[in-house]
Amino acid sequence: MPLLKVVDLKKYFPVQRSFLERLLSRKIDYVKAVDGVSFEAEKGEVFSIAGESGCGKTTTGRLIVRLIDPTGGKIFFNGIDITSLSGEELRKLRKRMQIIFQNPYASLNPRMKIGENVGHPLEIHGIAYGREKEKLVMEMLEKVGLQPASKFYNAYPHELSGGQRQRVAVARAMILKPDFIVADEPISMIDVSLRARILELMIQLKEELDLTYLFITHDLAVAKYISDKIAIMYLGKIVEMGEKEVIFSDPKHPYTNALLSAVPVPDPNVKRKRIMLKGEVPSPINPPSGCRFHTRCPLATDICRREEPKLVKIDDNHFVACHMVK
Amino acid sequence: MISDLLRIEGLRVYYYTRDGVVMAVDNVDLFMKKGETIGLVGESGSGKSTLGRAILRLVPPPGRIISGKIVFDGLNLTELSEEEMRKIRGKRISMVFQDPMTSLDPLMKIGDHIVETIMAHETLTREEAEEKAIKLLEQVGIRSERFMDYPHQFSGGMRQRVGIALALALNPDLVIADEPTSSLDVIVQFQILDLMKELKNLYGMGMILITHDISIIPGIADKVALMYAGQLVEFADAKSFFNEPLHPYGKALLESIPNIQHSDQKLKYIPGNPPDLINPPKGCRFSPRCPYATEKCREEEPPTIMVGHHRLVKCFQY
Ligand SMILES: Nc1ncnc2c1ncn2[C@@H]1O[C@H](COP(=O)(O)OP(=O)(O)OP(=O)(O)O)[C@@H](O)[C@H]1O
Ligand SMILES: Nc1ncnc2c1ncn2[C@@H]1O[C@H](COP(=O)(O)OP(=O)(O)OP(=O)(O)O)[C@@H](O)[C@H]1O
Ligand code: SF4
Ligand code: SF4
Ligand SMILES: [Mg+2]
Ligand SMILES: [Mg+2]
Repeated sequence: MPLLKVVDLKKYFPVQRSFLERLLSRKIDYVKAVDGVSFEAEKGEVFSIAGESGCGKTTTGRLIVRLIDPTGGKIFFNGIDITSLSGEELRKLRKRMQIIFQNPYASLNPRMKIGENVGHPLEIHGIAYGREKEKLVMEMLEKVGLQPASKFYNAYPHELSGGQRQRVAVARAMILKPDFIVADEPISMIDVSLRARILELMIQLKEELDLTYLFITHDLAVAKYISDKIAIMYLGKIVEMGEKEVIFSDPKHPYTNALLSAVPVPDPNVKRKRIMLKGEVPSPINPPSGCRFHTRCPLATDICRREEPKLVKIDDNHFVACHMVK
Repeated sequence: MISDLLRIEGLRVYYYTRDGVVMAVDNVDLFMKKGETIGLVGESGSGKSTLGRAILRLVPPPGRIISGKIVFDGLNLTELSEEEMRKIRGKRISMVFQDPMTSLDPLMKIGDHIVETIMAHETLTREEAEEKAIKLLEQVGIRSERFMDYPHQFSGGMRQRVGIALALALNPDLVIADEPTSSLDVIVQFQILDLMKELKNLYGMGMILITHDISIIPGIADKVALMYAGQLVEFADAKSFFNEPLHPYGKALLESIPNIQHSDQKLKYIPGNPPDLINPPKGCRFSPRCPYATEKCREEEPPTIMVGHHRLVKCFQY
């Protein structure tokens, strides 16, 4: 049984248009941020989501930890349907599921010292108080490279740099020893060296605690290092999904190919061909007909404009949504 | 003779905290020509954002510029009145903040915000300003149908792109971009960097690009400025730096970059901990972590030496 199972998950956000446009069209518009996403993550696995900015990664993560309610679909955690949990049951679930938010500036309580920001969850869930709490927090701060820990313990969030705050957010999520963490771009502001250290810490804790991660990242080198499985999203849908090795060595979807070809190589002497995508980013309010990628796809044909390709299994653990891939 | 667009000399910016003085920027010199792009890189907490904000005199308290000169196009910014400084911000020097919400107003629609920024500085009609705003948003990949949205309705990367659009709105001479692409996928990132390159070629816009993502630097920057513990430890043209970094910290940093084309490599990182900027290590600040450190390195601060043409390095090995 997978630890996390998501079935046909959807989130539509209502958006405002100008008064005139509303008068003319008389209907409410929706941003189809997540539009029918299904996947499973096994216990102890790192499941990564990558894809274009605005394609629905954060929304997917927030739906799963139940910060927002889905428009449709189901979420199962440990076999239990958590789609509409509330009250005490939801509170209990929160202890087992943590989220590291994408923006480390908005996610820490500005009036609490770093030590309290990190230690607060321990108190809320009745795990540790006082000296004991302090000790656990100090240890965690050191692990994420916030040293001397005693200074960081007493500092306030606004006194920290971007990457330092991100590490506080990582420490806060880890300290509860949860079963499951949604990590939304958790290391996007950290230099490569320190990042390697944090990634290693995340993996080490995963192994110690049999943790499962939903890891959201725009950085494919990071995804390659940390993931077991990867899902590539485009405009609210998963277009390709599979074992890491397969996605990197044998990508099938034209969008995945374009994405991989654009990863910069840190060497000024290597010139690589990146696949240029034509056209502008399509609208998540009125997504293109048929395959949502057809307006920019170099391989698009007639059928792509008419029919939506389904995410089909082409191999053990490799799923692709494209008419040209059999 | 081409004069410098920006010349920073002996800049010190300290934060006066309860625990002591954080020497976030400690005696930094930096020079840039018109139309040049400098990639400012370094460890998390090494003072990059503080340096960027200091140029615009936007260091938050308890931080203060202690000493040094920041000469921009002949004007010493540290001596200007707040009033004069306000005329420079946004119009001549703009900043993309690391926290995208710094430049956004949660209660204001994205489109209105850009329109008002444009109208505050340029004599355009509302229609003209709207047209310009729509074009700017489209250039950063945001469709005009999102013009009426509020910041909270945008994704992380979309907010970041609005921050970039705002910084570019008034065709500034210098843009300080602090981690502008930290949540953008590679395709959108290229689009944004290409846009910046285009503006540089069209209008001679200069840029200081602060980024942890060194792999994007060879494609966009002319020079690399490497910071460690509040100090500039190497300043070189980008190509030479990537071919052969001189400073041991630079060497170690480049070795830590994962290369997606190599299969299954282990991640490397620099052993030891980031330094405490209240009590920085004695002598060379990198000495506790440097594989080449000698007795002298632990005792004396190395001078900044010119190596070859215009290449600066702060290390006893040279
Ligand atoms: N308002 C403040 N009060 C006290 N200390 C501060 C303040 N802002 C920053 N600092 C400290 O100054 C040092 C430099 O911070 P800065 O934000 O310039 O780093 P940075 O190089 O931009 O790091 P990052 O890459 O993580 O964003 C850090 O050690 C930080 O903790
Ligand atoms: N509260 C909201 N109201 C309206 N639209 C929203 C809301 N939250 C998100 N959206 C929209 O949903 C889409 C997906 O946003 P989401 O934050 O999930 O993207 P993302 O993949 O995380 O992008 P990024 O990589 O830029 O962070 C975007 O078009 C965004 O503007
Ligand atoms: S279905 Fe057609 S448009 Fe869509 S990715 Fe495949 S080839 Fe391209
Ligand atoms: S001065 Fe010494 S310790 Fe510092 S970087 Fe050079 S060799 Fe290493
Ligand atoms: Mg996001
Ligand atoms: Mg910073």
